Amino acid sequence: MRKQNKRLAFVLIGLTGVSIATWLVLTAFRHNLVFFYSPTQVLEGKAPHHGIFRLGGLVKKGSIKKNGLKTTFTVTDLRHSLVVHYTGILPDLFRQGQGVVVQGQMVGSSVFMARQVLAKHGANYMPPDVEAELKHSMAMKAKAQS
Amino acid sequence: MGEFGGFAGVSRLIKFIHKYGAPKRFYRLAGRLVPWFAGVTALLFVVGLYLGLYWAPPDYQQGDAYRIMFVHVPNAWMSMMAYVIMASFAATGYIWNVRLADMLAKATAPLGASFTLTALVTGSLWGKPMWGTWWVWDARLTSELILFFLYVGYMALQASIDDPRRAAHASAILAIVGVVNIPIIHYSVYWWHTLHQPASLTLTSQPKIYITMLIPLIVMSFAFMFFYFTMLLVRVRSEILVREQRTDWVRKLVGSKQ
Repeated sequence: MRKQNKRLAFVLIGLTGVSIATWLVLTAFRHNLVFFYSPTQVLEGKAPHHGIFRLGGLVKKGSIKKNGLKTTFTVTDLRHSLVVHYTGILPDLFRQGQGVVVQGQMVGSSVFMARQVLAKHGANYMPPDVEAELKHSMAMKAKAQS
Repeated sequence: MGEFGGFAGVSRLIKFIHKYGAPKRFYRLAGRLVPWFAGVTALLFVVGLYLGLYWAPPDYQQGDAYRIMFVHVPNAWMSMMAYVIMASFAATGYIWNVRLADMLAKATAPLGASFTLTALVTGSLWGKPMWGTWWVWDARLTSELILFFLYVGYMALQASIDDPRRAAHASAILAIVGVVNIPIIHYSVYWWHTLHQPASLTLTSQPKIYITMLIPLIVMSFAFMFFYFTMLLVRVRSEILVREQRTDWVRKLVGSKQ
């Protein structure tokens, strides 16, 4: 075997080995690498019961109630939802219908006390007039269907 | 039977590289290419920045703050692309003893590291007002930070070994092993729940960015790509001079300028 072929084989086998090892590690840690839990997972008891964890979902429409710096809103994954209490400044992208990740802990069985509220941004970018048009056409579509 | 490599095609290619990739020849070729690449880079930056900062409309949710994307996204792409290029050069240099490939890999590392750092910093600046935090340890941000450490580790390893050939071999192994991080960065937003949004642009689906915002993004991406190639040529030229300093042609070249 020539030296070059030996080194080529070494690189290819090594890379395959490292890839497999990484894949195994990532699979093993899959559940620990979760950045947030959905309300359904929390209600199923998959999130830590007493510790701090992150809850993610959509801010339910019409659920935001503000009183000074105190905000109460509902986080939903469209199957289950949890009420969240938070005191502090909210990020710019926090609004109803928007994705949100809140860090804190459960108080009782259905109330979440948040220490930090993070807004999750979607992958969509468009100018405001296009968004208005899109909303308009979707409303027309819904009307035509009903 | 070719002298190098395992396959006839590869061996012919490697022969070609050995012949035309001789440092002396490449030094001259790169010198002629640099002004052209620099010109294209400057033009793309002027057009891209005009389109991105002035011509593109504000976003329906973020207003003008989204414009940082025109720097953030190209840098994030380039951070990954430069790594794949660096690892490929390093592997070529390691397997087939192509000195020029070693030099190209070494010249890429600081450029890749700066793309990564720019992506991280601009992302952080955007994250504070939009997400509400400078930094989170989600899979996307963490894997991109690991990429930065891989670049830094590669440079440190290069610098810690005096003999250029041994330095190239040792750091090539690190560069090749680090390649596993690239698909992790790319797929992190799909494999795990992350705070970072998934890709707006993919090869398989309709772009999720409106056309008037997409055009500046593409122009800026090419601007940073050409910036990379320009800087790579400049850096590899000086690397060639340092490594070939004992040869006649470099002595002549340096002597003639004094």
